[in-house]
Amino acid sequence: MATTTEVSRTPSTDEGDRVRRSTSRKNLRAALLFLSPWIAGFLIFTAWPVGYSAYLSFTDYDVINAPTLIGFDNYRQLFDDPKISLSLWNTFVFTAIKIPLHVIVSLALALLLNRAFRAAGFFRTAFFLPEMTPPVAVGILLLLLFNGQDGLINSTLGWVGIDGPDWTTDPAWVKPGLVMMGLWTVGSSVIILLAALRNVPQELYDSARVDGANWWQQTWRITVPMISGTLFFVFIVNSIGAFQSFTEAYTAFFGSGNTTYSNDAALFYVIYLFQQGFEFLHMGYASAMAWVLFVIIMIITGIQILVSRRFVYYEGDGR
Amino acid sequence: MRAPLARGSVLAAAAALALTACAQGTSDDAGTDAGTDAGAESTYDPDAELSGELSIMGFGAGDEIATVRLEAAEAVIDPVEVTLIEGDLDIQQFLSAVAAGDPPEIVYANRDQIGTFASRGVIVPLDDCIEGEGVDTGMYRDVAIDQVTFGGSIYGIPEFNSVQITMANAELLEAAGMSIDDVNGSDWDAIAAAAEAMVQDDGGLSVIGYDSKLPEFLPLWAKANGVDLLSADGKTAQLNDPAVVEALKFAVGIYDAQGGFSAVKAFRDSNTDFFGAGNQFATNTLGAMSFEQWYVNVLNESSPDAAMAFDTFRDKEGQTIAFASGSAWAIPKDSANPVAACKLATTMTAVETWQAAAQARVDARTEQGLPFTGLLTGNEEADTAIQELVVEIGDEKWDAAVAATYEANDNTFALPANPADAEFKTAWQDAVNRVLNGQQEPQEAMDEAQEQAQAALDAAWADAE
Repeated sequence: MATTTEVSRTPSTDEGDRVRRSTSRKNLRAALLFLSPWIAGFLIFTAWPVGYSAYLSFTDYDVINAPTLIGFDNYRQLFDDPKISLSLWNTFVFTAIKIPLHVIVSLALALLLNRAFRAAGFFRTAFFLPEMTPPVAVGILLLLLFNGQDGLINSTLGWVGIDGPDWTTDPAWVKPGLVMMGLWTVGSSVIILLAALRNVPQELYDSARVDGANWWQQTWRITVPMISGTLFFVFIVNSIGAFQSFTEAYTAFFGSGNTTYSNDAALFYVIYLFQQGFEFLHMGYASAMAWVLFVIIMIITGIQILVSRRFVYYEGDGR
Repeated sequence: MRAPLARGSVLAAAAALALTACAQGTSDDAGTDAGTDAGAESTYDPDAELSGELSIMGFGAGDEIATVRLEAAEAVIDPVEVTLIEGDLDIQQFLSAVAAGDPPEIVYANRDQIGTFASRGVIVPLDDCIEGEGVDTGMYRDVAIDQVTFGGSIYGIPEFNSVQITMANAELLEAAGMSIDDVNGSDWDAIAAAAEAMVQDDGGLSVIGYDSKLPEFLPLWAKANGVDLLSADGKTAQLNDPAVVEALKFAVGIYDAQGGFSAVKAFRDSNTDFFGAGNQFATNTLGAMSFEQWYVNVLNESSPDAAMAFDTFRDKEGQTIAFASGSAWAIPKDSANPVAACKLATTMTAVETWQAAAQARVDARTEQGLPFTGLLTGNEEADTAIQELVVEIGDEKWDAAVAATYEANDNTFALPANPADAEFKTAWQDAVNRVLNGQQEPQEAMDEAQEQAQAALDAAWADAE
């Protein structure tokens, strides 16, 4: 009987497997079909350019004539090019100043918005609006607002007796000026942090208040740990963005804002990369620069992730 | 927030953004040698039947000078359908189009870009086009032709010309007990004295005495001191020549005597009405400067009653000099309609076409109650013909401006075509800016620039040859 039963169930099981496999294949085909626009886009616009730039980094290529393989010459040349170290230094300093300020200002604004119940919608919009400003316009705006003679910033400083610096020409003040201008666009970070703040359970604050915790203690002991994952996201995404800074500084100091005037203090790595690739037509060298930047960003991001393990709390992560 | 997902997204985005910046297309074929006449070869047939389309990149029909000439050219190449890709020539867009094998039929470029394009085979020689259309190249100004000649072939048809003249505020000069002769460049001590006499600083700059227009006019100051930035063959940089360094020291010193470049630039930039009635001369906030001749038109239109004085810019010997720059027509390799492109370029720059355009400008200015202050081209015969349309304005200062403009146009110099123009220019401009920003001394900056520029020239010439 047992044998009979087993024999009689086997075809049924096989049939079920076939149906399941068939359904699974159909689902896979449907999924691939729906995903195909993205896959095609990814392969054409991301994977291929990334792979091709790796190849170009080992070539002498001027955009027009066929690339010629030159081994590691482009990478070797990076070490002899003084503008590489200069532009890297500028980029590191800019990032080091900008990111902490960006996070602090974003968090402060988000905390304020979190308490502005009635007007929150208006302020959310108001803080986000500058994000809609084209970066080129921000670059031009920088030259006007930070004009050392009668820009709005120095005029305002003048009201309180401070003689403002020449933000747009003094090499010592160019990067701080760019950082301050960058704070114009903290809107998206504010919105992200505000969303995180709204997710912090109210009962934690209620318990803290019962225990006599003041605002600062609640913020430092509850709010910051509870949104540390989001803070880390804002920190890391903006760090990567800062390493790739281009448009505002290029417009203000190398492009349409100043057709002949330049300032070495604003020569960020990606600006130099752009000059090499699209002004001097050294596309192979520029590709090598891009890959070096990629490696640098990966290393720094990796370090940030490692360090974050000590400070970041992910709810539901068991930590 | 789920950390791994966020991290993965961040890393993927970083990788994509960092790397896609440098993969902008591929080359369609191997090694188009500089000098290969791909579009026009010796098969150029001026009587060929014309058809198809012709897209022009970098040219805008924004005024009567452009529209009148474009209409004349369109009539010549009828029934070819002309389309404009307006705005300044976008090199990235242009090269991408050439690399993709779909270039515009003709481009309108700065003459200093021609050497770089020619050396890379991006544009074709126009010798057959010029010969086929029976164009007498002798009518073009020598410096303009030199700027578009590479490897013995002409790669561009010169168009507009731009020169510099000295412009000054007569009231400020008079108040300082000086005249236009003191700021025309012939006496550097007089310029320094005029700058100090006219500058006003009341706890903040309120009048710039003299603006030496660095970094852009270093070639002019160097030439005034007897040397070019680049050798005549375009192969040797001369950026740390003692005469160049001396010229730079002088021009920077003018700023230093007025509170430094930062202060001057900040004050200069604070005037946002450069093209309007609130310009620096009309508001008595600038004593003198040398500047391009087209600004005469702006001043005449926006502030006709301003107290102005004009002269040419002169070297230390008192001879008029001007640094010529301008535009040119060039035909990309693989242009789909090279004959129509050639006819358009030669028609747009023909003497009679320039005359018709100038007459249209005269009519338009007359209608507005404004005088015609001239029009400079790279074509000497056209300039002579157009100059005949310039009538005496009857206002001494504006007549002096027109006279200075035409005298400057007859005494120009230019840097020769070379295959590394962008790098060469960036090297010396960055060096001047480092000096202006107080980061380096002139000698150190120009030594560094010399090294960079020469390395770029050597590499580019090696590739080109």
